[in-house]
Amino acid sequence: MVYVALFITYIFINNFILTQFLGLCPFIGVSKNSESAIGMGMAVTFVMGIASIITWLVYNLLLVPLNLTYLQTLSFILVIASLVQFVEMVIQKNSPGLYQALGIFLPLITTNCAVLGIAVMNITEGYNLMESFVAGIAAGIGFTLVLVLMSNIRERMDLHPVRKSFRGIPIAFISGGLMALAFMAFDNSLLTNLLG
Amino acid sequence: MANERKQVLTRGIFKENPVFILMLGLCPTLGVTTQVINGLGMGAAVIFVLVFSNIFVSLLKNIIPNSVRIPSYIVIIAAFVTIVEMVMHAFAPAIYESLGIFLPLIVVNCIILGRAEAFANKNSLTDSFLDAIGMGVGFTLAVTLIALIREVFGAGTITLIPMGSFSGVLEIPLLYTYPVRIFSLAAGALLLMGYLKAFFEWTANRKRG
Repeated sequence: MVYVALFITYIFINNFILTQFLGLCPFIGVSKNSESAIGMGMAVTFVMGIASIITWLVYNLLLVPLNLTYLQTLSFILVIASLVQFVEMVIQKNSPGLYQALGIFLPLITTNCAVLGIAVMNITEGYNLMESFVAGIAAGIGFTLVLVLMSNIRERMDLHPVRKSFRGIPIAFISGGLMALAFMAFDNSLLTNLLG
Repeated sequence: MANERKQVLTRGIFKENPVFILMLGLCPTLGVTTQVINGLGMGAAVIFVLVFSNIFVSLLKNIIPNSVRIPSYIVIIAAFVTIVEMVMHAFAPAIYESLGIFLPLIVVNCIILGRAEAFANKNSLTDSFLDAIGMGVGFTLAVTLIALIREVFGAGTITLIPMGSFSGVLEIPLLYTYPVRIFSLAAGALLLMGYLKAFFEWTANRKRG
């Protein structure tokens, strides 16, 4: 049950892009067409899931016993950067098809706030290993959902006459704001109603 | 020469403002701007990290091998972010609490890595320092502007540092009783950012004629 709650929380209630403002750069940068939005979303979800596990292990098995928790930021970003590099190499070697779909997005993920964000959040929220993994995957799915919705909105917007000053990024932000308003319908009372 | 230097310093503030023109570092820009003091705190932290990372990248540009430069920059940046975290935790615990997760996230702020990659690893120490100051001040101004608008309209207050008999919070008469709540919500931040960006596009277009 706690996993279902985590899923709903990170996909809808605390959606990373719309309520926490994590991962805004790809939200604006990679949302021009829906194909690349799906690719980016899948790559981020994948890396967030694995990064959640590894950073949790690094923090609890390495930093805490050695009393080095102040190195959290430094070690997490190093873990994420090398993980992304590693994932890129593995995918390139074992499944060229997947590499073609995700390849160009992987280097961008290192500097995606969402990945480091979930790693830090897992620690501050005090999740255990399994909860961290679920939270990571759920946050990634939430990120993908909003990115894909946004790319569809922007694809349609291209066909409409938008005032010159609003074209491109400004109207994308405003659509995002309206989407965030819609997402406010998902709040904690939804969770209590659903799960009792 | 002096003129060039001046341009390096000032272009980050207006012509190439990292937030409004280059659209970098958006996550903290919207995430922490519910109070003016958070904007200022974030700005100060970013200026510190940006200045020192630019200085060190510029100093080490001939030593770092090209193939591992990005990881090296990240390590340099992360080290200074850790310092900022510790200093803020010790001396400004209130701001530390309210910046929360966005403080460690300075590591992945695109402005800092972007300046290291695009400017500091090609230019001299002085130029890199001036560039960092310009970009940092530009970021701080942008963040403070957004925070000011959001706090004034969304809560009817302006929160600054408490000093002596001054509690640190200014109340704006009418807006304090009837605040426009949407400005302090997440949706309001995105909408405001969209309208501000449109405004800057409009002014730029008008200048170009």
